[in-house]
Amino acid sequence: MMIPTLLGVSIIVFLFIRLIPGDIVQILSGTQGEMTPERHAVLRHNLGLDRPLMVQYADWLSGVVRGDLGNSLKTHRPIRADLLSRLPVTVELTIGSAIIGLAIGIPAGIIAALKRGTRTEFVAQGAGLIGLSVPDFWLGTLFLLVASRYFGWYPGARYVSIFDNPAENLAIFILPCLAVGIGLSASLMRITRSSLLDVMGSGYIVTARAKGLRPGALLFGHALKNALVPIVTIIGLQLGYLLGGVVIVETVFNLPGVGRFVIDAISARDYPIVQASVLMITFIVLMVSLLVDLLYAYIDPRIKYGQGGE
Amino acid sequence: MTDVALKTAVIVPAEVRPVSGRFRQFARQFARNRSGMVGLVIVVVVTLLAIFAPVVAPFDPYEINRIERLQGPSRTHPMGTDDLGRDLFSRIVYGARISMTVGLVSVLIATVIGAPAGIIAGYFGRWIDTLIMRVADIIFAFPAILLALAITAFLGPSLRNVTLSLGIVYAPGFARIVRGPILAAKHEEYVEASRVIGAKTGRILVRHLLPNVLSPLLVTATVTFSFALLAEAGLSFLGLGAQPPEASWGVMLSSGRRFMETVPSLAIFPGLAIMVTVLGSNLLGDGLRDVLDPRLRR
Repeated sequence: MMIPTLLGVSIIVFLFIRLIPGDIVQILSGTQGEMTPERHAVLRHNLGLDRPLMVQYADWLSGVVRGDLGNSLKTHRPIRADLLSRLPVTVELTIGSAIIGLAIGIPAGIIAALKRGTRTEFVAQGAGLIGLSVPDFWLGTLFLLVASRYFGWYPGARYVSIFDNPAENLAIFILPCLAVGIGLSASLMRITRSSLLDVMGSGYIVTARAKGLRPGALLFGHALKNALVPIVTIIGLQLGYLLGGVVIVETVFNLPGVGRFVIDAISARDYPIVQASVLMITFIVLMVSLLVDLLYAYIDPRIKYGQGGE
Repeated sequence: MTDVALKTAVIVPAEVRPVSGRFRQFARQFARNRSGMVGLVIVVVVTLLAIFAPVVAPFDPYEINRIERLQGPSRTHPMGTDDLGRDLFSRIVYGARISMTVGLVSVLIATVIGAPAGIIAGYFGRWIDTLIMRVADIIFAFPAILLALAITAFLGPSLRNVTLSLGIVYAPGFARIVRGPILAAKHEEYVEASRVIGAKTGRILVRHLLPNVLSPLLVTATVTFSFALLAEAGLSFLGLGAQPPEASWGVMLSSGRRFMETVPSLAIFPGLAIMVTVLGSNLLGDGLRDVLDPRLRR
């Protein structure tokens, strides 16, 4: 499943460049204005655009597989090096947001499920819905507004790596991670609550309760592990959403990540950078989805891969 | 006499009463769903604002008035004015038009592409199913907003291209949601019976199978509408969707950020408008799901 999907993704990304309205030869060669048909033909040949589409794709793909993501149209530098230097920022933002999402979402979901029918559940449900509806880039903007207007704090004016100065790095990342993580926590809260309610109604929990098991042991020893399966699914599915949010929030907080790289490339009409970045992010998302699938087998031993089971 | 009685007994309950009766039951159940009703009210109010924007907005949303620039909320300008002196309230009212149109049209595009694809995949099965669902899987592999961003970037930044790209990105969701019920229903006795008496494929699909997917389709459309609202605002915020001076909430938020320290309302109100509208759509979606798909009710 993975290989055909990856190939399909690569075909779509390869074809992106064909969507550009206008003369592709001029755009890719960086030339402007009128040019003679001879010059046009030479450039077309040099760029390899006169070969059949399949050959162009195979050529491009073999480069990608070897780690050659092409060169920037503007700086002529290899895209791979620039992209890799920006990846840590995006990865840190994504992991930080996921941690915040999990730290708020799962406990809130557990509390909402345990306090079913009370005011606590009502508040948690309402907060969850609002969390799902708040645009993360607006939340980020509000955080910046409050930080600068009321605390005189301008986070992220200059990026510092976590390895150089962890404290300063945390100060830069805390607000963007919160902005993205709150949306994630809302969906995690909702799924944790409904999944736990499902499990709590099942026969073995009723039996365990009837045998006089303490509520804590019931929750942590029996219910939560089974409720985890749909939660893990949602975490896997949310990764794409998370990375989408990260791309925009990087722009809000001026963080030099892959998202910022893409947005800058779009304004500079540096299309190969957009192509390479989308390919890399999608590849990472697919790899993490694969890991999540493997995690299922650990959480739920009934799921076994490669043995004719599900 | 017996014949007539039999016909009435069959025709009336099967073709007339249950349809209106079912709708009435649905309406009654939905009316009891408090959060669903709140969502419906919000969505209706925003839609009315969008339709009657010229009547509701006190000022021309594009009229520049440099003397009154960067003002906070006042009696004349309830939400203040932007850096060009334009009335923010009027621009937010007009912004509802852009958001609602992009949301609606992109969901429509996604439905028109996705639903027939899902129905065909589910009904015909075999290689058609494999092909359609594999394409859907591939589009699903991309983070939605990133794919929409890339398509818009390559096609050229504009509201039209954002709408189109969102329609394409969300189509596989509709195909997936429709395929399941079709797979389940195609071997039902009433479908087999219809086939045996010689009904054409088109008739079976439209008359017998389509009603099975209407509920999940409606719920998916509402949820996707929320996503599309957020995505349009995000892409316009990044400069890929609506272009200044268009009164899009995303554009307003993006340009308002530069002045938010002096006039915070410029960064607050456009985001609030996005949030309230998305909240309304989410509440409506939850309410519809509770009523139409009781298995998912919590």
